[in-house]
Amino acid sequence: MPSLNYAAPTTVDEAVKLLAGATGLAKVLSGGTDLLVQLRSGRLRPDLIVDTKKLPGIMAISGSAATGFTIGAATPGAVIEANEALKQAWPGVVEAMDLIGSTQIQGRATLAGNLCNASPAADSVPALYAAGATAVIVGPNGKRELPVEQVPTAPGRTSLAKGEFILEFKLPPRPANSGDAYLRFIPRTEMDIAVVGCGINVTLDANGTCTAARVSLGAVAPTVLLVDAAAKTLIGHKLDDATLKALDAAAQAACKPIDDKRGTIVYRTKVAGVLARRVAAIAFDRALGKAGATTH
Amino acid sequence: MAKHHVSAVINGEPTEFLCETQQTMLDVLRDEIGLTGSKEGCASGDCGACSIIVDGRLVCSCLMLGCEADGTTITTIEGVAQGDHLHPVQQKFLEHAALQCGFCTPGLIVASKALLDENPNPTEEEARYWLAGNLCRCTGYDKVIRAVMDAAAVMRGEKVA
Amino acid sequence: MNYVSSDLKVVGTRPIRPDGVEKVTGRAQFGADMRMAGMIWGKVLRSPHAHAKILSIDTSKAEKLPGVKAVVTAKDFPHIANEEAFVGEGPMNFRDLSRNCLAWDKALYEGHAVAAVAAATPAIADAALELIDVNYEVLPYVIDVEDAMADNAPVLHEDLFTAGVEPKPTKPSNIAKVVTFKKGDAEAGFKDADVIIEGRYTTKAVHQAYIEPHACLCWHNPDGQVMIYSSSQGHFMVRAYCSKLLGINIANIRAVPLEIGGGFGGKTLVYLEPVAIALSKKAGRPVKMQMTRDEVFRASGPTSGATMEVKLGAKKDGSIVAARQVLKYQAGAFPGSPIGPGCMCGFAMYDIPNVDVVGYDVVSNRPKVAAYRAPGAPISSWAVECALDDLARKLGKDPIEIREQNGARNGTKTHYGPTHQNIGFLETLKAAKNHPHWQAPLKPGQGRGIACGFWFNIGGESSAGCHIGEDGTVVAVSGNPDIGGSRASIGMMVAEVLGVPAEQVRTIIPDTSSIGFSFLTGGSRVTFATGMAATQAAERVVEDLKRRAAQIWEIPVEAVEWKDGKAYPAGSNAGAFEPLDLATLALRAGRTGGPIGAEVSLNAQGAGPGFGVHIADVEVDHETGAVKILRYTAIQDVGKAIHPSYVEGQIQGGAAQGIGWALNEEYIYDKNGKMDNSGFLDYRVPVASDVPMIEAVMVEVPNPRHPFGARGVGEVPIIPPMAAIGNAICAATGVRLHDLPMSPPKVRAALDEVAPKMAAE
Repeated sequence: MPSLNYAAPTTVDEAVKLLAGATGLAKVLSGGTDLLVQLRSGRLRPDLIVDTKKLPGIMAISGSAATGFTIGAATPGAVIEANEALKQAWPGVVEAMDLIGSTQIQGRATLAGNLCNASPAADSVPALYAAGATAVIVGPNGKRELPVEQVPTAPGRTSLAKGEFILEFKLPPRPANSGDAYLRFIPRTEMDIAVVGCGINVTLDANGTCTAARVSLGAVAPTVLLVDAAAKTLIGHKLDDATLKALDAAAQAACKPIDDKRGTIVYRTKVAGVLARRVAAIAFDRALGKAGATTH
Repeated sequence: MAKHHVSAVINGEPTEFLCETQQTMLDVLRDEIGLTGSKEGCASGDCGACSIIVDGRLVCSCLMLGCEADGTTITTIEGVAQGDHLHPVQQKFLEHAALQCGFCTPGLIVASKALLDENPNPTEEEARYWLAGNLCRCTGYDKVIRAVMDAAAVMRGEKVA
Repeated sequence: MNYVSSDLKVVGTRPIRPDGVEKVTGRAQFGADMRMAGMIWGKVLRSPHAHAKILSIDTSKAEKLPGVKAVVTAKDFPHIANEEAFVGEGPMNFRDLSRNCLAWDKALYEGHAVAAVAAATPAIADAALELIDVNYEVLPYVIDVEDAMADNAPVLHEDLFTAGVEPKPTKPSNIAKVVTFKKGDAEAGFKDADVIIEGRYTTKAVHQAYIEPHACLCWHNPDGQVMIYSSSQGHFMVRAYCSKLLGINIANIRAVPLEIGGGFGGKTLVYLEPVAIALSKKAGRPVKMQMTRDEVFRASGPTSGATMEVKLGAKKDGSIVAARQVLKYQAGAFPGSPIGPGCMCGFAMYDIPNVDVVGYDVVSNRPKVAAYRAPGAPISSWAVECALDDLARKLGKDPIEIREQNGARNGTKTHYGPTHQNIGFLETLKAAKNHPHWQAPLKPGQGRGIACGFWFNIGGESSAGCHIGEDGTVVAVSGNPDIGGSRASIGMMVAEVLGVPAEQVRTIIPDTSSIGFSFLTGGSRVTFATGMAATQAAERVVEDLKRRAAQIWEIPVEAVEWKDGKAYPAGSNAGAFEPLDLATLALRAGRTGGPIGAEVSLNAQGAGPGFGVHIADVEVDHETGAVKILRYTAIQDVGKAIHPSYVEGQIQGGAAQGIGWALNEEYIYDKNGKMDNSGFLDYRVPVASDVPMIEAVMVEVPNPRHPFGARGVGEVPIIPPMAAIGNAICAATGVRLHDLPMSPPKVRAALDEVAPKMAAE
C-alpha cells in the first residue's frame, strides 16, 4: 500500500527543494479545502504533501491601497475578509473570496489554492483577474512574477513548473475613483459552485466616464476568462442603458460553456449577460463613492 | 512513512496523538482520541457536522489533516460546556427544541458559538448566512435560528438565561 | 381512558427533552460512534455499471492481503425464496432485500453492492476492495420510468411479470404491477363537466438526505448469538431482516438501537447489518461499517421520480364532478415504489363523486426506492394541487374556497375505500383563510400560493412499559427508536396518567431482548400507537397503586382514587387517611405484592389521518429564474400536540424538505447511467439562508381513538410545499411549471417561452 508523506517546511528554500526533488506526485497544501476532498475521493493520489503554512509571511497581508497590497498565498479567506483596508480598496476581491463555501471553508480556503486548483468556476479568480493581480512564484529557478490570468491553463492545470508554488499575490496601487465588484449566480443562496461568476474592475474620471476597465467571467469556459471585448464596451462610456446592453452582448458572446449538472449552455450564456450588467452597476457605484454598494 | 506524533491543546487539555498522513483531523478526533461528538456527514466539507474551532477559527475537521494540528489550540463540541455548566447556546437549543435527531447539533453548536464569539449581535440574516455551512434536515432551521438569537441576547446581558 | 377533555398538567407543555443534554454536548452515541475491543472495519465493493451480469467474482487476492480478516459475497447469504415481507414500511420482498444487500447474478444499478471485506484498518479494507476481480458482462440499461415501460426496454428481471393485469402476461416486463382505484364513472363525470383542466407533471427522484450516513457495529459470536448496534428506524425490523436474510433464530439476535441521525423513511430497512454480520461470522471479530455520503446517495433508498397525468372536471359553480390520475412511479432496481399510497392520497382530500386512478410500479437501473415521509403522496399531490389551482383560476374562484367547497368532511367516502371520520380538513382550511398571512399585502413581482396535503397515518403493533423505582421515580420504556422527540412525548403521557411532573419520568429505548415487539418508527405512528401502549401501561400501574393503597388502608379498592400522583380515599366515608404518594407506595412495594410496573403490547387501531394547508409567498428574479421564499406558513390538524415544540418541529422540518424538493433537489444521471451529483455540493438541500422562519400553526381536532387525541404529524408537512411554491410562482409570473424541481434554469426557460407572447399582448 503506497504511503503518503507530509512535510511542513519553515523556509522557502526547503519547500522548493521538497517539491522539486519529489520522485512521485507532490502537492502543495495551504487551506486543503480542495486537496483533501480530492484525496478522499481518490481523484488525486499524491506521494508527498508539502504544507506551506509555516513559511514566514505566507498568511499575512501588507501594503496599502496607494502602494499596492501584498497578500500571502496561504492567507485564509476569514483573514482577508477581516482586513478593513483591503475591503475598502478592493471590495470585489474580498467579496469574491468570501463567497467561497461556508464559514468553515472560509476559515481555511486561500487565494492560491483557489487559483491553482484551476476550476473554471472558482469564485475568487474572476475578481483577481479583474483587479490585475500578479502572482509571485518561487521555484528552483528563483522568483518570478506572473499576471494571475496566466497561471491556470486548463481545468485542473496550471502553468507552474515542477517545484514552483505561489508565495504571495500583489494587487496594483489603486487609482482614485476606482471600484470593483463580483457576483456569482448559484441556485441556492449559499454553498454552491458558481454557475456563472463575473468580476469587474473600473476606474472612472470625475464625470463618471470609465477610463479603465477589466471584465472577467467564470464558469462559462474551460478557464476563467478575461473579456477584452466586454471591457471595451465600458471604456470611454458612462454606465447608461446603451452601455449595459453592449456589455451584456459582449459578455454573452465570450461564453463557451458546457451543459453539466450545474447549468446549461443556454442558461449560462444568458446569465453571464445579466451578471455583467449587475456587477458593472455595483463597480461603477463604488468607483463613484456611493455608500451602501454591497452585494449581500 | 512512520506515523506523525502530534501535540495540540484540545478542549483545554494538552493532548498527544499518533496519526497517518491521510487521516483527517475528524478521523483523529473520532478514532484516535475517542472524541466522537464531531460527526462525519459527508467528509467533503459540505455539511458542517464535523465543525471544530482551530486557533480561534471555525473549520471543518474533515478538511484538515491530523498532522496539521501540531501546535494548535482546538475546541470541539466536547469542550463547549464548562463541566456540567452548559454554554448559553446549548441551553437555548434545549429550550427552543432546536434539535430533533441531534446529529447536526454538535456542528451547529460549535458554529453558533464561533458566530457569537465574533459577532455578539447578529441579525437573523447574518446568523443564517454564517450557519449556511451546517446542514440540518430535521428542523428547517427555524428553531435553530431562534435559539441562536436568544443565546446572543443572553450573552449580551439583555436577558436572564 | 380518554383524557381529551381533561385539565392536562403535562401533556401540551414544553419540558426539555430527556435526551437533550447528551445531544447538545456531543455525548449521544449514534451509529458510527460505537466501539468495541477487537473491532475491525468493513467496506463494500460496488458495481461501476448500471446494469450488468456478474459472471464471476475472484476474491482470492483480497483474502491474501495482510490485515484482511474476511471477504463475503452473496454466496455467503442463504438463497431465500421469493417472499413478501411485512416488516418494514412499504412493500418489500425478502429475496429482493437479500439481493440488494449483496448482488446475486446481476448488478442492477451503479453502486449495487457486489462484495464486502473486513480488515484491521479502513485503509487496508479499501486496498482489499481494489484486489477483488469482478467479471461483468455489461448490459444496456434504462433509467427513466417511461423508457423502462417501453416495449423494447432492457428488462431487469426475467421472472418479473406485471401483476394486476388480465390475462396474466407471459413476457417479462419492467412494469411490476398496475393498481387501479375507481369510484363512480369518471368518463360520464367528465362529459358532465363545464370546465376541464388537464396536465402532465413530472418529478425527479429525491433523497431523504439525513445527515447521518448508515452505520452499524455487528458481532457474530462463535455460539451463534449476534449483537447488532445500529441506528435505524426500527431495531425489531433490523432483527427481523437479519434473521431472515441470514437464517438466524430471532431470539439469538439482540439489536441495540443507537441514536439515529435522521431517517425520514430511509432507514426503515437494512443495507449494512446483514453484510457486517456475515463478515463478523467469518472473521470472528466485531465488524464496523459505515457508508460514505457517496454510497448513501448511490446505494441506499431515494424515493421515486414519476411521470403523471391529471385531469379535473368541474361545474361552473366550482364543484368537482370527475377526477383522473395516471401515475408512473420508479421503483428502482426491485419492485416496490409507493404507488399505492400515491394513488390513494392525491384526491383523498376532496369529495369527488367520480374518480379514476391508475398507477404503475416500474423498475429501472437505479437504487431501490425506500420510504420518504408520506411515501408517494407528495408526488401525486404535486399534480393535483397544481391542477386545482389552475381550475380555481379558470373559474375565478379563491383557491381556499374551492377547496372548502369540495373538501372532505366526516362521512366522505374516499375513492380507495374507507370513509373519513373525525377529520379536521375544513378546520385547517378555515385556519388558513383566517391567518394574517393569507391577507398580507404583496409587492409587485411577488406571488402567493396555497396547497394541501393528506396522509392516513398508521397505528400498528407497539410495546411500551412503565416501572416505578424504589424512590417513586419512573422509568418509561418505549419499543421505538426516537426520530422526532417521542421519548419526550411518551414520558409526558406517562407522567400525565401518573399525575407526576415530567421531570420525574425518564424514557429509554431498550434493545430487542428487553421489551416486547414494536413495529418500526414510521407512518407517523409512534406518538399514536406506542403512546397508546405507554398510556395503558401507566393506567395499569395506577390501578395497581390503588389496589396497594386499598390494601394498606384496608378499604375496598373502589374507595380509592388516584389524583396528582397520590392515592386518596374517595370521599370522607372511605376513611380519614393521609394520601399516599408514589415514593411512599414504592417503599412498601415488597409488602404489597412486589415490584410495581407494567408493560403493554398492543396493535393500535384508529390512527387519525392528518391534513395540512401551506401558504407560500415567493419573489421570482425574472432574469435568473431564482425563486426566493419570502414567507411560509404551514397549518396542520395535529389532533393533540403532546409536546408542541416537537410537533412544530415536525411541521417545519417536513416543510423545509418539501421546499428543497420543490426548488433544487434531484438525482442527476450522466450518459453512462451513473449518478452525477452524489454529494451535498450538487445534491442541493436547503441551507439556513435559503428559507425564512416557517410558521407552524397547529389546529387541534382530537382523534377520539387516542387517549389524548393525538394524530400522527410527521408526514403530512412534506406534501403541500411543492405545489404551494409552484402555485406561488404561477401567481407571481403567470407561468405554470409542470416539472420538479423548479430550478432557476427551468424557471427562466419557462419565462422566456411566454415572454414573446406577453410582449405581443
